[in-house]
Amino acid sequence: MSNRIDRRTLLKAGSALAAAPIGGSFLAAPALAQGKVEVSFFYPVAVGGPITKLIDAYAADFAKENAGITVKPIYAGTYQETIVKAITAHKSGTPPVTSVLLSTDMFTLIDEDAIVPFDDFIKSDADKAWLASFFPGFMENSQTGGKTWGIPFQRSTIVLYWNKDLFKEAGLDPEKPPQTWAEQVAFAEKLTKRDGANTTQWGLQIPSSGFPYWLFQALAIQADAVLMNKEGTRTAYDAPGVVEALQYWVDLSRKHKVHPTGIVEWGTTPRDFFEKKCAMMWTTTGNLTNVRTNAKFPFGVGMLAAGKRRGSPTGGGNFYLSKKASRAEQEAAFKFIQWITTPERAAKWGIDTGYVAVRKDSWDTPAMKEYVAGFPAAAVARDQLQYAVAELSTHENQRVTKALNDGLQAALNGTKTPEAAMKDSQAEAERILRSYR
Amino acid sequence: MLGPSLALLILFTHWPAVNTLIDSVYSTPRPRRPSRFVGPANFEQMMADPIFWQAMWNNLWFALGTIPTSIALALLMAVWVNDRIAGRTLVRMAYFTPTVLPMIAVANIWLFFYTPQYGLLAQILGAFGITGPNWLGSNETALFAVTVVAVWKEAGFFMIFYLAALQTISPSLAEAAALEGASRWTYFRRIQFPLLMPTTLFVLVNAVIGAFRTIDHIFVMTRGGPDNATALLLFYIYQVGFSFWDTGYAAALTVVLLALLGLLALIQYGVLERRVHYR
Repeated sequence: MSNRIDRRTLLKAGSALAAAPIGGSFLAAPALAQGKVEVSFFYPVAVGGPITKLIDAYAADFAKENAGITVKPIYAGTYQETIVKAITAHKSGTPPVTSVLLSTDMFTLIDEDAIVPFDDFIKSDADKAWLASFFPGFMENSQTGGKTWGIPFQRSTIVLYWNKDLFKEAGLDPEKPPQTWAEQVAFAEKLTKRDGANTTQWGLQIPSSGFPYWLFQALAIQADAVLMNKEGTRTAYDAPGVVEALQYWVDLSRKHKVHPTGIVEWGTTPRDFFEKKCAMMWTTTGNLTNVRTNAKFPFGVGMLAAGKRRGSPTGGGNFYLSKKASRAEQEAAFKFIQWITTPERAAKWGIDTGYVAVRKDSWDTPAMKEYVAGFPAAAVARDQLQYAVAELSTHENQRVTKALNDGLQAALNGTKTPEAAMKDSQAEAERILRSYR
Repeated sequence: MLGPSLALLILFTHWPAVNTLIDSVYSTPRPRRPSRFVGPANFEQMMADPIFWQAMWNNLWFALGTIPTSIALALLMAVWVNDRIAGRTLVRMAYFTPTVLPMIAVANIWLFFYTPQYGLLAQILGAFGITGPNWLGSNETALFAVTVVAVWKEAGFFMIFYLAALQTISPSLAEAAALEGASRWTYFRRIQFPLLMPTTLFVLVNAVIGAFRTIDHIFVMTRGGPDNATALLLFYIYQVGFSFWDTGYAAALTVVLLALLGLLALIQYGVLERRVHYR
């Protein structure tokens, strides 16, 4: 990846030098001189499926309709790797013009002075209508201080996938997922198959590698607990509801023994599901198309079970605009972002991947209507949005969420009690966030 | 001819090292708070940082787990494929194969070896009626599991050096030993092994660097988890430097790593070097 950045830098420097004796300008002149603007665009892949192919196709289609602009998509790894690359590029002076990064990285990007808000680009009434068209739930992690810093793109919520065959086998109604925490345990108990000390099939899997905080936040919301404040300056990791939620998760494996012990891999969980090693799994709705392609059995998609209430955090990535890009590049990127989030394309993206189409009116397009009619599961994540809550996001987001992740993994592995683990996580988060108040 | 290489050495080794040393006594620059001189504050923070200490311990165990094992294994394999066994070319190649694979690919393969329930290890153990642990997912086994991958990867590489060294040992020594009636073991212990000492030092230096340089398969397999159980020093430096963008603190951590490697180099070249040559 650094290769590409280097080449880009070299090319720019080279063409700037070539242009210097004539135009004398070093800033953005080469791009304009050719009448072409290049929009470099970093994006991550966090779910299965041919995401890179889809994105390349979008870029090619956009180029056909907009002769003056070339969009250059650059696959940059996982979300975590992509933000590392984007900020490194920012610090080196030539960041990608736009990137898709976690919506929760907003505060970090603002603190790094790496992005510009979209408000300056919203001029016409059409622009305003466009901005207002996104689901309000997705805007919670995209706006702060009265400004819009991110445009929802590959957004998601967590949903439950279940194997209908295994439900039937266990004497459960294959059309009914568990509705409450208690039911979830009862179902999982019936769905867990043991062979002596060996478990051959787990009732439920909630992944806990990489970003356990995200899946955990669903449990916390269901326990009616709030993890952080809106300003991103305070966390409440040790609140009673949070501890209760963690206790529930730990109990699933240690007390009820219906969930694998230790850390459950995010990446291999869908495979466990395909291999019938788990009957129910929690994962992003962004895996919907992947599951649909690979599951060799009828499966269901449902909202997560309710504790005191229903709930899931939103998740996924937003478009951001780089501050260090030239105004022309930013304008071009803005055009591309508007282009890719028209109702039709938002619908197509949702159909191709399983991510939630990010605006209400895209659900009224003929393509989407037809898709949902043939595959009602696709609408679950949208319907769940009314219960969705902003994803955990604070200043120094990576570090503050790591404090929670470490605590969660310690509790799941039994090295700390849920209460002690959450106390430690909270203490660490306090230390980090104190200077932002 | 010295000029260019010296320039490169200074540019890519000395200058960054000096820079790191300077950065380590400054606070991390933020757009709204420029960096300022903070003296030993970053190091004080380190002393109080439990994750740093855990990364140090992890790295120590990782080094103790990988270095002797991979060297011993390399030696064993080299001695074996040096002899006239049937199909030795094939065996040599098999031993060397892990080395040429990219670590990321290796890590992905092992990720599935370690998968609970249907991973390779789970299936083998299952055939004997044993339920394997969640190798990468529990605090007790995760560090061990990533250590095994490193050994598997490195041993073949070191074998090549040993093999090369063994080929330079004059066959007349083996004939003389045979005439004297020395056993295979005595020949190895009194002749082959001492003659291999310079190679062992070379391999040792590489193994030590390798143990502190390891980071790639940690990324793929555990990301330092669960709960920092597999966080090695370099991985932690990466995390602090590039995930948290706390560059001042990351520089301080790097200084510690540099000092540690410097100390080890001193021991290896200052003390061991004098003892390895067969006189």
